[in-house]
Amino acid sequence: MGPQHPATHGVLRLVLTIDGEIIKKVDPDLGYIHRSIEKMCERDSYQQIVHLTDRMDYLSSNINNEAVCLAVENALQLEVPDRVKVIRTIIGELTRISSHCLWWGVMGMDVGALTTYFYGFRDRELINDIMEETCGARLTMNYNVPGGLMFDIHPNFVSRVKKFVAHFKTKIPEYDRLLTNNVIFQKRTKGVGVLSKEDAISFGASGPVGRASGYSCDVRKYHPYSALDRVTFNEALQTEGDTFARYKVRIQEFWESLSIIEQLIDNIPEGEHRVPTNAVIKLPKGEYYQKVETARGELGVYIISTGTKNPYRLKFRSPGFSNLSLLNHIAVGGKIGDLVATMATLDLVIPDIDR
Amino acid sequence: MKYGLSIITTIHDWLYSVMPEWLAGLVEMILIALVYLGIFSIAGLFLVLMERRVAAWFQLRVGPNRVGFQGLLQTMADALKLLSKELTGTEKADKFLYNLAPYFVIVTSLMALAVIPFTKEFHAFDINIGILFLIAISSIGVIGILLGGWSSNNKYALIGAMRSGVQTISYELSVGLSLLTMILLTGTLQLSEIIEVQKSGWLIVQGHIPAIIAFMIFMISGTAETNRAPFDMVEAESELGAGFHTEYSGMKFAYFFLAEFINMFIIAAIATTVFFGGWLSPFGITESIPWLGVLWFLIKTLLLVFLMMWFRWTFPRLRVDQLLTLEWKYLLPINLVNIVLMALLVWGNLIIKF
Repeated sequence: MGPQHPATHGVLRLVLTIDGEIIKKVDPDLGYIHRSIEKMCERDSYQQIVHLTDRMDYLSSNINNEAVCLAVENALQLEVPDRVKVIRTIIGELTRISSHCLWWGVMGMDVGALTTYFYGFRDRELINDIMEETCGARLTMNYNVPGGLMFDIHPNFVSRVKKFVAHFKTKIPEYDRLLTNNVIFQKRTKGVGVLSKEDAISFGASGPVGRASGYSCDVRKYHPYSALDRVTFNEALQTEGDTFARYKVRIQEFWESLSIIEQLIDNIPEGEHRVPTNAVIKLPKGEYYQKVETARGELGVYIISTGTKNPYRLKFRSPGFSNLSLLNHIAVGGKIGDLVATMATLDLVIPDIDR
Repeated sequence: MKYGLSIITTIHDWLYSVMPEWLAGLVEMILIALVYLGIFSIAGLFLVLMERRVAAWFQLRVGPNRVGFQGLLQTMADALKLLSKELTGTEKADKFLYNLAPYFVIVTSLMALAVIPFTKEFHAFDINIGILFLIAISSIGVIGILLGGWSSNNKYALIGAMRSGVQTISYELSVGLSLLTMILLTGTLQLSEIIEVQKSGWLIVQGHIPAIIAFMIFMISGTAETNRAPFDMVEAESELGAGFHTEYSGMKFAYFFLAEFINMFIIAAIATTVFFGGWLSPFGITESIPWLGVLWFLIKTLLLVFLMMWFRWTFPRLRVDQLLTLEWKYLLPINLVNIVLMALLVWGNLIIKF
């Protein structure tokens, strides 16, 4: 299956060993979109590294940017203004919603309901418009820079986000009516691709995949960054660990993200949008680690600095890679159709796996 | 149609006056075949367009509306494009079977089209075993799909074809049994007579409860037999690329594509004929103006086609084992009980007639 296959959403190649319809072994073959991002990071300055992170998990590019910026700021002991923190959190949650919208559409498409794709994109488009107005880009944002944000928010930002939140609240029930409550969909997903809590932990699953197995692993809860320590939200948790549980976790996250945005959008503090930094950022010698919760799970940035303008070594711990590693474990024994449904709920973004 | 019929009669008389009888008959048959080919392609192209517009409507899109009035010529243009394309195939394919497969599919759907009664006079063959013929013909279509998938020598195509075989053979039982239920009511297999029976009420009304059950089963298994979503395991895009016709291009692909739509039309047409009174209209309008029958027939059929499109654009796809479970564990037993129920109904004369 792959590397050009409609269900792998990119260039993932899966070598399947099948017996008729039953899957005996899944062997992911990576490397089709490897761009040596980590190696390129060793050559680039810290401002440039932020741009590269857009190209990893392109659906949560804002959150990736944030991870690198936070790591650099922590290393420099730089305290960013409150305004930046709040805006970063709002933008991050918007990114999460937009990523989940796309996932929802594609999930439906993978199990054969083609219409969901357009519904998901309809709502995602609104977020993209907001982003375009604010930072000029729709996919690779580059909005975060070490020390703050590239520009201040657009004057329309607050009103448009509020409008979106009101709009999207009426649309999630529509999602439920169209797909979640459909008998065929539930039959296709319940009890399929079951991942136990122990396996989730030992495979390093994170994000919605881990949480669907009852493994409470939300970085936003345990290591709050930016303005996440001043909002209250529930971690979306399910215990079944099957495909349907992973689906429900993400639907629940729609609501949680909306609630986070609602809590913050009315009181964005006044202030600077950026702390001036040196044109050439040199991190003090040492090792730095920062993790954030992207739409797919835990993204870690590990920087070893020798005090020069480039990192000596930079390693990303991407959620997609760990989540892909458990595919063989949960897909064996199922049908080809199950594999597609399971893969859809792992929500793999291939450039995130192949960096 | 009266005016149209007079032309046909004139042609008929003229042919027999200038040619020996056997030649005139032959020429007439060829003419009829050509007319049906025309109907086939126009109906197919129109249904493709309808599907695209309906899909667009479901999906918050506009759909094709640029070529011709409201996009009416869009599918025509697409067909021309496919016609002008080079026919490419795989080297490893079994050439003979590979080329044969599309014709199997298209010939069977054409044959099925021939017995559909559009209206009282517009009916190529009114054979006395109409329903049996339809069921038999629709079973042959699957051979084309199997051949196509098998001879392509492609893993996706092969899996698609095998799924198709499993699916069609299973669901044929339900199609047959649900029609059998209705035949208990009509007492005839001839399509024109089935419609005559319905002059005292549509069969779905006459047979009330068991007829409604039979109709539901027929629509479910009919959708499955045409390999359409939610039963489109055969070409499940997200699993098998394009399924059995992965390796086909150009007009050969178009044959498969058109045949799928014509089969959908045929299933809807059978349902119209057997359950909804065919070309009969309320208040006997079609008695006085017979050509209106075509209109009534098409309205009813297209409504059912719309229903099938509705299925396709809202439902996710089933899994192979679930598909078979649905057929063998649910539809088949229900169907068997339903036949007994219908028999009791006919025996006890509990039919609603107007």
